[in-house]
Amino acid sequence: MTEFEPKIIGFLCNWCSYAGADLAGVSRIQYPANIRVIRVMCSGRVDPVIVLEMLANGADGVIVTGCHPGECHYMEGNLQAERKIKMLKKLISRTGLESERLRLEWVSASEGARFAEVIKDFTNQLRNLGASPLAGENPDKTILAGIIAAKAVAGASRLRTLVGRERTLIEEGNVYDEKVGQREFDEVMDGSIDAEYIRNRIHLLVKDKPMSVEGLAKHLGLDPKNVLRHIVVLRQRGLVSLDRIEGEDPLYIALEVS
Amino acid sequence: MRDKVGAILVVGGGIAGIQASLDLADSGFKVYLLDESPSIGGTMTQLDKTFPTNDCAMCILAPKLVTAGRHPNVELIMGAEIKRVEGEAGHFQVSLVKKPRYIDEEKCTGCGVCARECPVEAIDEFNERLGERSAIYVKYPQAVPLVYAIDRDKCIGCGTCQEVCKAGAVQYDEKEKEITVHVGSVILAPGFEEFDPKLKGEYGYGQHSNVVSSIEFERILSASGPYGGLVLRPSDGKVPRKIAFIQCVGSRDAKIGNNYCSSACCMYAIKEAVIAREHNPDLQCTIFFMDVRAYGKEFDAYYNRAEDEYGVRFIRSRVSHVEEVPESQNLLVNYVEDGNPKTEEVNLVVLSVGMRPPRHAEELAKTLNIRLNKYDFCSTQTFSPLETSRPGIYVCGAFSAPKDIPESVAQASGAAVKAASLISSERGTLTTVKEYPPERDVSDEAPRIGVFVCHCGINIGGFVNVPEVVEYVKALPNVVYAEHNLYTCSEDTQKGIRERIKEHNLNRVVVASCTPRTHEPLFRETVREAGLNIYLFEMANIRDQCSWVHMHEPEEATVKAKDLVRSIVAKVRLLKPLKKPMIGVTPTGLVIGGGLSGMTAASELAKQSFEVHLVEKEKELGGHLRHIHYVLGSKNPQEQLRSIIKEVTGNEKVHVHLNSEISDVEGYVGNFKTTLNCDGKKKEINHGIVIIATGAKEHRPTEYLYSIDKRVLTQQELEEKLTNGQFDAKTVAMIQCVGSRNGTRPYCSRICCSQAVKNALKIKESSPETDVYILYKDVRTYGFLEDYYREAASKGVLFIRYDDENKPKVTLEHGKLNVLVWEPVIKTWIPIEPDFLTLSTATISNPDNERIAKMLKVPLSKDGFFLEAHMKLRPVDFATDGVFLCGLAHWPKSIAESISQACAAAARAITILSKEALEVEGAIANVNEDFCSGCKICESICAYNAIEMKEVDGKLRAHILEALCKGCGVCGSSCPTKAICMLHFTDDQILAEVRAALEEEAKYD
Repeated sequence: MTEFEPKIIGFLCNWCSYAGADLAGVSRIQYPANIRVIRVMCSGRVDPVIVLEMLANGADGVIVTGCHPGECHYMEGNLQAERKIKMLKKLISRTGLESERLRLEWVSASEGARFAEVIKDFTNQLRNLGASPLAGENPDKTILAGIIAAKAVAGASRLRTLVGRERTLIEEGNVYDEKVGQREFDEVMDGSIDAEYIRNRIHLLVKDKPMSVEGLAKHLGLDPKNVLRHIVVLRQRGLVSLDRIEGEDPLYIALEVS
Repeated sequence: MRDKVGAILVVGGGIAGIQASLDLADSGFKVYLLDESPSIGGTMTQLDKTFPTNDCAMCILAPKLVTAGRHPNVELIMGAEIKRVEGEAGHFQVSLVKKPRYIDEEKCTGCGVCARECPVEAIDEFNERLGERSAIYVKYPQAVPLVYAIDRDKCIGCGTCQEVCKAGAVQYDEKEKEITVHVGSVILAPGFEEFDPKLKGEYGYGQHSNVVSSIEFERILSASGPYGGLVLRPSDGKVPRKIAFIQCVGSRDAKIGNNYCSSACCMYAIKEAVIAREHNPDLQCTIFFMDVRAYGKEFDAYYNRAEDEYGVRFIRSRVSHVEEVPESQNLLVNYVEDGNPKTEEVNLVVLSVGMRPPRHAEELAKTLNIRLNKYDFCSTQTFSPLETSRPGIYVCGAFSAPKDIPESVAQASGAAVKAASLISSERGTLTTVKEYPPERDVSDEAPRIGVFVCHCGINIGGFVNVPEVVEYVKALPNVVYAEHNLYTCSEDTQKGIRERIKEHNLNRVVVASCTPRTHEPLFRETVREAGLNIYLFEMANIRDQCSWVHMHEPEEATVKAKDLVRSIVAKVRLLKPLKKPMIGVTPTGLVIGGGLSGMTAASELAKQSFEVHLVEKEKELGGHLRHIHYVLGSKNPQEQLRSIIKEVTGNEKVHVHLNSEISDVEGYVGNFKTTLNCDGKKKEINHGIVIIATGAKEHRPTEYLYSIDKRVLTQQELEEKLTNGQFDAKTVAMIQCVGSRNGTRPYCSRICCSQAVKNALKIKESSPETDVYILYKDVRTYGFLEDYYREAASKGVLFIRYDDENKPKVTLEHGKLNVLVWEPVIKTWIPIEPDFLTLSTATISNPDNERIAKMLKVPLSKDGFFLEAHMKLRPVDFATDGVFLCGLAHWPKSIAESISQACAAAARAITILSKEALEVEGAIANVNEDFCSGCKICESICAYNAIEMKEVDGKLRAHILEALCKGCGVCGSSCPTKAICMLHFTDDQILAEVRAALEEEAKYD
């Protein structure tokens, strides 16, 4: 094999998509052999952390497939999946990894041909995109740092809370009996993703060695003013503390959290 | 008296037959499910999507097929017909003739090699003759049972299938067999036949290639259909730009003797048009119709969406004939609109064919000695819609009248309760409870994994190097044994697996073969028989998702197979045995609402010896029915009411609470505790299930001078007058859809058209010279009600259509009522001066519903009716287990429909009440209270109300109600603090599985 062949992980919901994939088999519809299927009962089960873990481990692509909206075996699990993937894509795009490496598709139990088509298309898309910068012996360090930070973000309660409450806030209303607009919600969400992502990057960097605001800003390509604000929060959270002051620059270091 | 038999014969394996079988089998009865075809599933398997939810039919049906196919109390008898019935209600002997299948049902593994090698092609009826299949075949890919059959008419007897069948399942010498079954009751669910559109020669079906029937079009739409989901026309495979749908082909047609309405065609045509448009957004769909009968739940909303969002055109006209344009094979649809003849050229014509009784209806009726109606459908009565004319034989689904899926499903459950009631003393006498050896405690053992890799004949082995996979697997950590089998699912290999488990002290088992969707239950049972917990088993799907889809790349397929097995082994290493908790059941029901539906449900529960509390808000039982004095085609309803009240109050199992409401509900399925407010006094009752039958209300209009002029009445008020002899009028006008199908209430109230026809006929009966005008939007007298519409028209009742732009105008002129109605053809307002004006007012939801829904944590539709778990296949269930609904609380409906649904709710409830304890799924969510922050996100996300917040040491903590959790895992992946673990699909297990999948590819040595 000279051509690049991507490694793809597919999370298939048991009731629609897995059945659709089975039907592709029954109908002998051929598709590339790159996908490794993981069966889950519901697409909504797929935890964002697991997806990021796969990307960190060098998967060239991850695809999540569920029942079409309105057809979910568990009523609305697929819509929960949709919100999680939407958040994940935003998060991934900040790390420098192509967010197209993550894909969400709806495949019903009767869409064997569609399943094959989707996998073919995704495989080709990844072939064109080339190997993941995180695959192989020498993963891209910056992107890897980004993905590890993203994993921490996806595992922490702030974004999980937002994603978890999104549907209720938008469709049913908040504690004031007001419905939150999607755009308004997205602004909060995007802001949180940005902030939490950078904070986790900073936290990771200062785990290795103490760094100054200036040093961090340079490394992350950010305005030092901004970095300082995050340092303030990280210190409040007890995640970072002052290590020492060198000349004009305080150096910060991550605190070991038990 | 002879002993009764605790078994039931269900005739017909369509969705109705399946539902009836499952309800009975889950309530402690043995079921024989018979179908003349080689597999169950019926017409629904052929449908693409279903209205009004656009659910994929196969997605929602397949789990039921598999459950029916594997149920220990359901015996499938395929390819069989009834020959003779002897005995009587309680103990019938039924002789069946089973046609040869030429395949041993025990041996066939469904691998399909025979079909691939078969040299003879036959026309594929499943795909409505639009494709080919081999002479040895299964009806459809997901068929249950997945056993092939030889089409003897087509088979040339070449012997190839026997040669290639590695399971040795082919038996050419099989003969017709006679089987006798002993049963206590019989349920008929043989379904319907499509009307043969060739009988309507003017539409050119059979002459022009591009005129297809609606069922053919379903296959054309289906992703698994002959055209792979592309909408093409049969003559040249081109994509059509314009499609015309012609309604009422073989329905509402006195000329061909089918005067009845087929009830489902309007909706399925709209659905087909919508789905076709989804395939191709440039497509123009036109539906030619007489009345759009969108009378069911959420149907009008669907109809409106089709028109507004999908641009489906609706033309109110009966098409006179269809011609073909020879060059293009396009079709000219000729019709009359506003008095002018018109022609429309289209690329494809779809004929919405009606429903006919099944082909063998007459023969079946003779054999069973039951009565048919004048159209050869099974004869039933308004107040006994599920009983045939012979005691002990019940009917459901389209055989008693054309109907759609949810009504068939409700009737099926309803028939089940009737069939069971007759023999309820025999519950549990013929069912089998399997005994298993005690479970081995493996908690202290290191994983010892056994892997069984299947060749599946040549299905896997032909493309994947199976022995190489086995050698590879042997080297994986913790794998202590691996072997390959020709068919891992065959009986002898099952035995082998059990022996290997003992010999090698295996504590985890992997089978690498086909799909767990069909085979996991079988293998789980095998390991359980060998003393292992069923959750210590997993499958790797190396056939459906590997060998079959990478047939041209055997090397890659082999690598992939190794990867799949390696990653599942990685998961299996971490598997933990799980307990299936048992929760007790209080064998008592609670029914809310003492109208016809509530009383029927309560009475059915009591007939099967369950205690039931019937709670009625008013001071007497009867609800709506108290105001109904005559009905179309039935005996005195008040007499019926008295008899059912007597039945309920005379049964000591039924505890009637009048002037009572529920004020608090605690608990969950099997274990509810409800507080009643009985005339100000509190009463507490314990019960296992709840049936909601809170009814509905007649809308009081504010328009058309209602409540201003005493001569303006609702239909119910008119009925009262007609009954009391206070009626004297020369002219009566009726306005339909008052308060329905408008901006505030966009839905159709379903019963008002027949109510108007009923009252019009009553007027004509007592004073034939009285003029009756019915001003309508669409006349929605579905099913056999169409006969009464025709009768009214023939007796001189004038039906005049109006639309929203030109609604009737009602004024008072010199003390007289004046109604102006727009006549579209002559384009003028016509005056009518009625003595009475009757308004057919909407049926509106009970305002109490909101309070009750909150207490029971079940949803309401936007119109305030209760919203069932699934509009198609779970019409009387809620997503919350143990809560059911029926009657007008669900949606406006007729007396017969309410009774069917009430019986259905009782049947569903009895699947719970009849068990001493409910076994709960083991793979459910689990909360680590130390991590839980009490944020309630999980509670708000759970679609099943399976999470409740409990106070632990003064803090709120999520608590899983094991009885309600369905194991989807959404709560776990949403928990901000990762306090919820989804058992059997834990983060660790999934991570191990994916990490192993991503490891370096299996190398060749």
